[in-house]
Amino acid sequence: MSLKKLDFSILQQCMHCGMCLPSCPTYDTTKRERNSPRGRIALMRAVATDEIPLSQSFADEMSFCLGCLACQSACPAAVDYATLFETSRAEIEATGVSVSAPRRLLRFLTLDLLFTRPRFLRVVGKLLRFYQVSGAENLVRKILPKRLRELERQTPRMAAQFSNDLIDPVESGDGSSKKVALLTGCVQDLVFSQVNRDTADVLLANSCEVHTPSVQPCCGSIHSHNGEPGMARENASRLLDLLPPQDFDAIISNAGGCGSHLRHFSKLLPNEPRAALWDAKVRDVHEFLAEIEVRSPDVAPFEEEKRVTYHDSCHLAHGQKVTLEPRQVIDLIPGIERVDLSESDWCCGSAGVYSLTQPEQSQLLLERKLGHIRATGAEILLTANPGCVLQIQNEMPELKIMNPVSLLAQAYRNESKKL
Amino acid sequence: MIDALTALLGAENVLTAKEDLVPYSFDGTATFRELPVAVVFPRTTEEVARCVKICREHQTPIITRGSGTGLSGGTVPTPGAIVLCLVHMTKIVEIDPANLTLRAEPGAITADIDAAAAEHGLFYPPDPGSMKISTIGGNVAENSGGLRGLKYGVTRDYVMAVTVVLPDGEVATFGNACVKDVAGYSMKDVFIGSEGTLGIITEVLLKLLPRPEARRTMLATFSSMEAAAETVSAIIAARIIPCTLEFLDQMTIRCVEDYTKMGLPTDCAALLLMETDGHPAAVEDEANRMAAIARSHGAMEVMTAADEAESLKLASARRSAFASLARVRPTTILEDVTVPRSHLAEMVTFIAETAAKLELTVGTFGHMGDGNLHPTFLTDERDEEEMKRVHQALDLIVSKTLSLGGTITGEHGVGLAKKMWLRDQLGDASLNLMKKFKETIDPDCLLNPHKIFD
Repeated sequence: MSLKKLDFSILQQCMHCGMCLPSCPTYDTTKRERNSPRGRIALMRAVATDEIPLSQSFADEMSFCLGCLACQSACPAAVDYATLFETSRAEIEATGVSVSAPRRLLRFLTLDLLFTRPRFLRVVGKLLRFYQVSGAENLVRKILPKRLRELERQTPRMAAQFSNDLIDPVESGDGSSKKVALLTGCVQDLVFSQVNRDTADVLLANSCEVHTPSVQPCCGSIHSHNGEPGMARENASRLLDLLPPQDFDAIISNAGGCGSHLRHFSKLLPNEPRAALWDAKVRDVHEFLAEIEVRSPDVAPFEEEKRVTYHDSCHLAHGQKVTLEPRQVIDLIPGIERVDLSESDWCCGSAGVYSLTQPEQSQLLLERKLGHIRATGAEILLTANPGCVLQIQNEMPELKIMNPVSLLAQAYRNESKKL
Repeated sequence: MIDALTALLGAENVLTAKEDLVPYSFDGTATFRELPVAVVFPRTTEEVARCVKICREHQTPIITRGSGTGLSGGTVPTPGAIVLCLVHMTKIVEIDPANLTLRAEPGAITADIDAAAAEHGLFYPPDPGSMKISTIGGNVAENSGGLRGLKYGVTRDYVMAVTVVLPDGEVATFGNACVKDVAGYSMKDVFIGSEGTLGIITEVLLKLLPRPEARRTMLATFSSMEAAAETVSAIIAARIIPCTLEFLDQMTIRCVEDYTKMGLPTDCAALLLMETDGHPAAVEDEANRMAAIARSHGAMEVMTAADEAESLKLASARRSAFASLARVRPTTILEDVTVPRSHLAEMVTFIAETAAKLELTVGTFGHMGDGNLHPTFLTDERDEEEMKRVHQALDLIVSKTLSLGGTITGEHGVGLAKKMWLRDQLGDASLNLMKKFKETIDPDCLLNPHKIFD
């Protein structure tokens, strides 16, 4: 895939009106056009028409872009920025302008090795877990140099049990009327496996038969986002084989970043007849719950009333345009007061591996987000993407952060306790 | 020259790399492109003045730019020019509730100015479509309009004073906070709408109004554009001045419905969005009378918003007009010819017929209250033959506009996009006087050269 081979009308669709500028977190920081969506599109167009070479400077710009897709929500002309952005990153990788040995090794270890082999990923997850609970972690932290120590600190805490330990391949309740597939994700599976359990519980409580294959390939979002469309295609094909879309009423994702990618398999695999049906069946769990008119729980999730606020993950709000549904789900739950978060759909700086590749800008966005969260006075932050949870929790360990679906699951659980 | 500018502003405020310049080679206008030699970001009036002096020494033209949302090519660089970008001068310096004024730097965002006024219960009425990102300096330089023209006028009506860096690097302030001021020529009015060709605006003093307490929104559909136009005339004859009277033609309605699925009747020929604001009792009375007038003039349906949320929903039909059209084809050419209100229906029909004759796709929407139309051609700039027909259509539309006593541009400015028609509208005497004016103030033609006229 390259910018030159891309359908030129996708680039042309940008009429450079500038309506994207106020939505772009990097333009907001620098006020420079090249750091804005329309500026980046102008650079892509210049690469496509040979006005500029595909330079290191171009690569740096594409790395500086969060890929938060807030510009897509703001764009009056429906420019497909996601495709432009992923094509640019893929071309940068293919031409090797930003190649360095350590970068290549890191990409090989993560993209090639870890995120294409779910079983191996879990083994690594178990080892990490051992490292974190055995005390080795504390020892290592003492001896690491400062920069590595800061990076190490960002390593997420592995869960004691992964999704396959918590969820049977097929679960159903009384009178299940809908058959759904549950995608457990990668980070969600290793770090937030309880969110997957909660998702299954909520679906079961709403008359679904839930199919959760115990070993699932990565959805390929991380590959697509980081310029490796080949690996993304391979993962997509494996998912289609594992969960044929014709067998399910819906395919459920509970991670914003995955869902945004999962809906576009037909673009990734234009010659795959099942892809369009797959795309049509993918749902964010909150969207699905709103669609099937989720049952309102009778009791509150906590003994006391709690004030909560909701942070939109970029790829749920801008990538999937799901903004109302999570709020509707939250508002159904008794004993919960939801207050609005300012700039709730502004990126928190997590953006995949952005906190590693662009630590300064990431930190700036994180602090802005934390300021708004503190201003709400909320005791619980609700959000539906594991990346955001890790990013915010790292800096605000005292804050309780939950997926809305987990809050709902907790309320349902309290119902059965009361009986 | 670059060294001198770098010494003055610091390296981080002078861009010269090609990757940095490409994004400054265009503005919000379709098809115009030219690379600048550098982009500079001054942060004070003093720095702007010194930049001008440096450029003057080197006889380098200066293109002043804000957020680059202009729709007439006004901030597209000319060959060899530098872009002087004022996006770092964003301060709202003061709000004076006693004198109802607001002082701001040129890079302040239009929407932020109204939001700052709102905190004091005050109101800055001009609301150009790009107000979320457009800068006040750009608005003043282009004399921008918006949806509220009929009742509230345009940017010019709210400018009390401007501070300007002149082409020789001197700094002058024209106007003041006095409502009445007849001391000499009204020089501030020369700079308002001068499109960056006479001076660089580095501060503005704006007039504010009390914020209207209530607002009511209505949407009416009609089977002909004439019926909608007659409704508007009848409303004004009934001595009601609504704050908004916006229309969409059939093509635009269909595109809006395709995009928003809000349930608009796609068989109607015209849609009218009407808004009245002011004292709650007056608003209530006017809204009822406007709805009645629309019905008695053949409206197919009249919807009145019950609350603010419904108002926003109805207004979204108009707000999404441009977006809905822009999705259809790769290139969107937005025009803004304006005719006296009484000729609006005739003009809309002429545009539709011209487009049909030349086999082009056009949607027209705009401001029915003030006769300002936005014929929007949906095309593809790579198709030279079709672009030729677009230009043919534009020529015909301009001739018709002028024959009806209209203007080639109601609110976007002349810039590069419309200068070929300016003489047709103004005639030799007016245009030559304008040119003399430009030569007097900017003899070396350093500020935004070749814009408005050659």
